[in-house]
Amino acid sequence: MLTRNRLLAGVSALAAASLALPAAAQDTIKIGELNSYKIFAAFLDPYKKGWEMAVDEVNAAGGVLGKKIEIVSRDDNGNPADAVRVAEELLSREKVAFLIGTFPSNVGLAVADFAKQRKTLFIAGEPLTDKIVWDNGNAYTFRLRTSTYMQTAMLIPDAAKLKKKRWAIVYPNYEYGTSATAAFKKLLKQKQPDVEFVAEQAPPLGKIDAGAVAQALADAKPDAIFSSLFGPDLAKFVREGSQRGLFKGVEVFDLLGGEPEYLDPLKDEAPVGWYVTGYPWYGIDTPEHKKFLAAYQARYKDYPRLGSIVGYSLTMAAVAAIKKAGSLDQDKLLAAMSGLQLTIPFGPITFRALDHQSTMGAYVGRIGLKDGKGIMTDWHFVDGKDALPSDDEVKKMRPAN
Amino acid sequence: MTFASFVIQLLNGLAAASSLFLVSAGLSLIFGVTRIVNFAHGSLYMLGLYGAYSLIEALGRTPLGFWSAVVLAALAVGLAGVVIEVVVLRRIYRSPELFQLLATFAIVLVIKDVALAAWGPEDLVGPRAPGLSFPIEILGRGIPAYDLMLIVVGPVVLALMWLLLARTRWGALVRAATQDREMVGALGVDQARLFTSVFFVGAALAGLGGALQIPREPATLDLDLSVIADAFVVTVVGGLGSLGGAFLAAVLIGVAKAFCIGFGFSKLTLVVEFVIMGVVLVLRPYGLLGKAPATPRAIGETPPPLGPPRRWPVAAWLVLFALVPLVGDRYVTVLLTDIVCFALFAVSLHFIMGPAGMVSFGHAAYFGLGAYAGALLFKKAGLPMELALVLAPFVAGLFAVVYGWFCVRLSGVYLAMLTLAFAQISWSIVFQWDELTAGSNGLVGVWPSAWLSGKPAYYWMALALCGIGIAILWRALFSPFGYVLRAGRDSPLRAEAIGIDLRAYQWAAFVLAGTMAGLAGSIFAFSKGSIAPSSVSIAQSTDGLVMVLLGGVETLTGPVVGAAIFTWLRDLLARETDFWRAALGLMILLIVVVFPQGLVGGLAALYARWRPA
Repeated sequence: MLTRNRLLAGVSALAAASLALPAAAQDTIKIGELNSYKIFAAFLDPYKKGWEMAVDEVNAAGGVLGKKIEIVSRDDNGNPADAVRVAEELLSREKVAFLIGTFPSNVGLAVADFAKQRKTLFIAGEPLTDKIVWDNGNAYTFRLRTSTYMQTAMLIPDAAKLKKKRWAIVYPNYEYGTSATAAFKKLLKQKQPDVEFVAEQAPPLGKIDAGAVAQALADAKPDAIFSSLFGPDLAKFVREGSQRGLFKGVEVFDLLGGEPEYLDPLKDEAPVGWYVTGYPWYGIDTPEHKKFLAAYQARYKDYPRLGSIVGYSLTMAAVAAIKKAGSLDQDKLLAAMSGLQLTIPFGPITFRALDHQSTMGAYVGRIGLKDGKGIMTDWHFVDGKDALPSDDEVKKMRPAN
Repeated sequence: MTFASFVIQLLNGLAAASSLFLVSAGLSLIFGVTRIVNFAHGSLYMLGLYGAYSLIEALGRTPLGFWSAVVLAALAVGLAGVVIEVVVLRRIYRSPELFQLLATFAIVLVIKDVALAAWGPEDLVGPRAPGLSFPIEILGRGIPAYDLMLIVVGPVVLALMWLLLARTRWGALVRAATQDREMVGALGVDQARLFTSVFFVGAALAGLGGALQIPREPATLDLDLSVIADAFVVTVVGGLGSLGGAFLAAVLIGVAKAFCIGFGFSKLTLVVEFVIMGVVLVLRPYGLLGKAPATPRAIGETPPPLGPPRRWPVAAWLVLFALVPLVGDRYVTVLLTDIVCFALFAVSLHFIMGPAGMVSFGHAAYFGLGAYAGALLFKKAGLPMELALVLAPFVAGLFAVVYGWFCVRLSGVYLAMLTLAFAQISWSIVFQWDELTAGSNGLVGVWPSAWLSGKPAYYWMALALCGIGIAILWRALFSPFGYVLRAGRDSPLRAEAIGIDLRAYQWAAFVLAGTMAGLAGSIFAFSKGSIAPSSVSIAQSTDGLVMVLLGGVETLTGPVVGAAIFTWLRDLLARETDFWRAALGLMILLIVVVFPQGLVGGLAALYARWRPA
């Protein structure tokens, strides 16, 4: 049994090695971060740069509670099951104080539910799904970013002002697209009861057959189009739609089209005149943003994307919560998060006690072209708190707990 | 829908079909000659897009620059194919069937990270085709001239390929090797060179397909897997080895998708190709234009007979595993719970693909449906968690009854692809049925009862149930039932000649394996507290295949070892390095080259060599 014994010995050694606990460093506060770095690399690469910069800034300023902070980051493979496993690893082996991060809706929701089970604070950074703070909201989960509903609501005033009657809709066929579409239809109908939705296309995420979709939308002869496409789907749709004359005389709204992550790849084909939400980093001259921009460009020799803002602000929110709580006790952290106020590069925000949503806002404007690159023009900032439904509506959606 | 839009959608479909055809033609060619299920074919397509993008930037956005870039990119991808063949695949042609799939899976992981390192994470939108970006008016609607050109490219490549295969000596060799590889070798043809050249042509076709998409599609890192499934479908629907069939299938699928969109059923595009594949395979078991393989000749040697498991070592391992939570930390227990779930999943897959000889590319269907059944019985039907957990496998089993009835009527890759079709249809229903399954979000709040909520308690329960599941499967293998399955794999004709109703046995095996996969899924769901459509996805099925092949398909304990090593490695590497996919891929490649029989197969061979006579 030579081989078997050797195998046994080898496996035991491995098991012993993996059982060994990493020495818990007492002079740092560890925050657990998990995200789908490989699946959504275009967004999360700048995001990571954002939180790395925040960590260094915080530590250079002396840390928090007299200790340095450290972010322990894991790849969740874009998969809820893997995410729950790495979250467990962060909590039980790395002994992190609490969890932050996640990108896709299903991962965010699974980790939120895990946080509830483990009675641990979780600050979701990027997931857009409304459910994470409303239908599936729980006491342990907070969310930083403007949600699908909020960003849709920000576009409604412009959409209603146009008084277009025939609307066509195109969205990626999963949670984000369906809830953006539902919110848009509901909100526009409230403002403009005679609106008609003449065509709806729901291509699979990342696999839009753009020529056929553009043709089908054109057949419905819409006055305006609402799209929640992003990434490669958006690029394909823009190109096919403009080659086929879909956008001639038609007003187009795209929910995320102004985010540098999705606008910049379009280069000189950026669709001029579209209404979008996004991040015009080149034009924001508030002091908090200028400071962030200068530091980011000095450090990375690159301009920030929206992901950079989310990563940076998420870390700052986590640190602010620790500072306000004065300890790493979960109850104190939760109490601190409720109503937590801080200033991020987009201005002051509050994590609402009502539903744990932050009031982070977004920039709304139209796409223009400058030096062969897409930019946002005529933009203005919409505070997140002005894009949320009434407290009563929120209370109805959010389970009491 | 007006006549005009009908015509335009038809043209859209045909344009999409062309690029689909190019990728599939290469895949079909490679499979026909080398019998390799080239999982990396989509990655070659992706490299074609990235390569063309960079070359156009370098050569300039002129018609000359564009077209030379397309051709050069295709040739470069062809060379990449040659490298893959010479460096990796050539070493493992004599391995058990499908083992090469493991190597190509590893190559997918490596290429993805290489592309990420070389081209960065941002999507790269290539230029429009110089000189062909204007729209041409047809029936009052504009369609890009480039699309019309693409419609012509498909048939032209088909004609060229036909000439190459029918009119050249190389083509004659390829056709001969497709029909009978061993005979070609026996006649003195240098197989290594033939295989290398076939890889070059196949890879170059994939690269060309990708490069030609540059004006229509940005280069992104997700293209590899999204293309590979489509390419397999087209190849199989057309009939393996039939280029005409692949063309027909590409047109059928391309046009069907365009009409789904045109008629306002865009949500169907998620799954329409798999529905078509399911229908075609049920009606025509060898695809549209495929023929039944002439004389099934076993490639390589018949797998060695399996010995029954030795009881004491297995018992010792079980005790060892049961003791871990007493000494290890909480996370080890969590990881081990994953490992035992995947071990049962892998053993159930091995049960049908090894001894029963029915490869499944869609085994995640039963894993995922078991998981969803458990979650739904618990959350929607309000059953106690324990009851939901043990009833769920039977729901998965019911699906296996239905799916299996169709699948056992086929064999080989066709069978594998029909299982994939059913899995994808299940996935798309789970993914879109918001009211029942919560759609893409998945179900949350699926936590075990209080007495099982401690990680060690849950782990012991999982270990016990998965252990029982594995014991049942292994016991079945060494019962008369199991011997009949092996007879059916090694010699179906003789088995039927002595009066065995082979299909009934295979069907039963399918249902048993599906039920056990369902048990694994149900235990998995309650250990995570949530369940999402990814548990029914192609990725989950692929993981199962990788575990079985990594451990060794011709061994009994291989799948368990494979599941453990794969899960552990992935966890370890993802934590230690940013480029964990490439690291994982390289590890697998190393194992593949060092142990061409899989880990356990290789260790057993070493043991046999060292053992004193």
